[in-house]
Amino acid sequence: MDFNLFWSSLGPMLLGAVKGTIPLTLASFVLGLLIALVIAVMRISSNKVANGVGRVYVSIIRGTPLLVQLFVIFYGLPTIGVKLDPWPSAIIAFSLNVGGYAAEIIRAAILSVPRGQWEAGHMIGMSRNQTLLRIILPQAARVSVPPLSNTFISLVKDTSLASLILVTEMFRVAQQVAAFSQEFMLLYLEAALIYWVICLILSTAQTRVEKRLDRYVAH
Amino acid sequence: MSPTKSGSPAGPGVGAAAGPALEVRGLAKSFGTNQVLRGIDLTVPRGKVVALIGPSGSGKTTVLRSLNGLETPDAGSVTVGASDVSGLPALAVDFSSPAPKKARARQVAELRDRSAMVFQHYNLFPHMTVLQNVIEGPVQVQKRPRAEAVAEAESLLARVGLADKRDAYPFELSGGQQQRVGIVRALALKPQLLLFDEPTSALDPELVDDVLAVIKELADEGWTMVIVTHELAFARQTADEVVFMAGGVVVERGPAAQVLRNPKEERTQAFVRRLLHEN
Repeated sequence: MDFNLFWSSLGPMLLGAVKGTIPLTLASFVLGLLIALVIAVMRISSNKVANGVGRVYVSIIRGTPLLVQLFVIFYGLPTIGVKLDPWPSAIIAFSLNVGGYAAEIIRAAILSVPRGQWEAGHMIGMSRNQTLLRIILPQAARVSVPPLSNTFISLVKDTSLASLILVTEMFRVAQQVAAFSQEFMLLYLEAALIYWVICLILSTAQTRVEKRLDRYVAH
Repeated sequence: MSPTKSGSPAGPGVGAAAGPALEVRGLAKSFGTNQVLRGIDLTVPRGKVVALIGPSGSGKTTVLRSLNGLETPDAGSVTVGASDVSGLPALAVDFSSPAPKKARARQVAELRDRSAMVFQHYNLFPHMTVLQNVIEGPVQVQKRPRAEAVAEAESLLARVGLADKRDAYPFELSGGQQQRVGIVRALALKPQLLLFDEPTSALDPELVDDVLAVIKELADEGWTMVIVTHELAFARQTADEVVFMAGGVVVERGPAAQVLRNPKEERTQAFVRRLLHEN
């Protein structure tokens, strides 16, 4: 293996991570969480329409491949006149996808908070929304950190699919260098290594967040 | 106060000038096919304490929850008298007359604002400190100035011996301490009516007395209270009237000493005897 190539390609690949993979992940995750919150609230509402819409959304997102969702948005939509650049396409596809998976996590976390907490919120005079926001969600957050971290880490790796719709993220850089140098093994292992390191860092961060949210729970 | 004839509902309008603090008429509630309340009448004069006793499943907790809007009755009416303190007018909610869902929800919310409840399992907010638990309602809901709410919370906490716990989280407290915070949280809302749902049933025996002492003190101060309890000795000392419920109806009511010492109804006698033997 050509270690000079390893070092010389590391710079462009890290740049691809910093300018592509990481912002794509962050933007999609934040937007995805917002979508998830809305869908989760729809799913626990007694309104049949809202509930049904939420259920269908989750079913479609979970029932179709992410790559297909990405292709529908980037290659499919232009045929009906909606032309989106690679970046917006990727962010839309990934956040819709995260929204579907995270909605179920948040819904389950909300349902895991004891009924008595809703009642205590109502007792002190809070509306349903106030109780949800100030009493239920903070407690649901604690429960949902581990599964949401899973979603987040999956998303980091899933962003490599964006290379297929021409987003210049880390894996696309690796593909370009590999095609040019014909050092496929080296470049793809290098890409794998960088993904792994990013995920290691995220796992550490997850542990910290969990510790912080656990401060009000008996050990 | 005049004891009413056993087994029959209290007569309408006991006659106090300002009217009773609470008047419940014909309260009915079913869960599916299970009829939990079959026409409950209840009158609580101002500053008096009524204890609801009875076997589990008798509906006493459902009565209490209906008063705090945690259940919506199917029929009957609840009237809360005008407030001596805040000047709020009397509030009557008639559950027998049909109302659109939203209007009913508003009525229930209004009713809820008149009372505060202490739960069997405390239901403190685990992600908030003791102080935050107490001021959440006053600050977030009643929109009172934070500094004022904090000062009041601190003096209430001091009263129940928990001044030094203001920054503790609920999990750091014993059950008895948590329940005293639950009581302070209710008091901080400045309700017209205090509701206690088996406030000591979840406590270890050695912690019960502290909590009962606090409730007794509030009774002596003149708070109007409805207490669901299994502590008959406590009910005898604290309650002005004891109401014995079974199967969703009031079986017997009267002054605490009478109902608990010389119950007239056979079902009351059996219930009191059984509880006394257990304790």
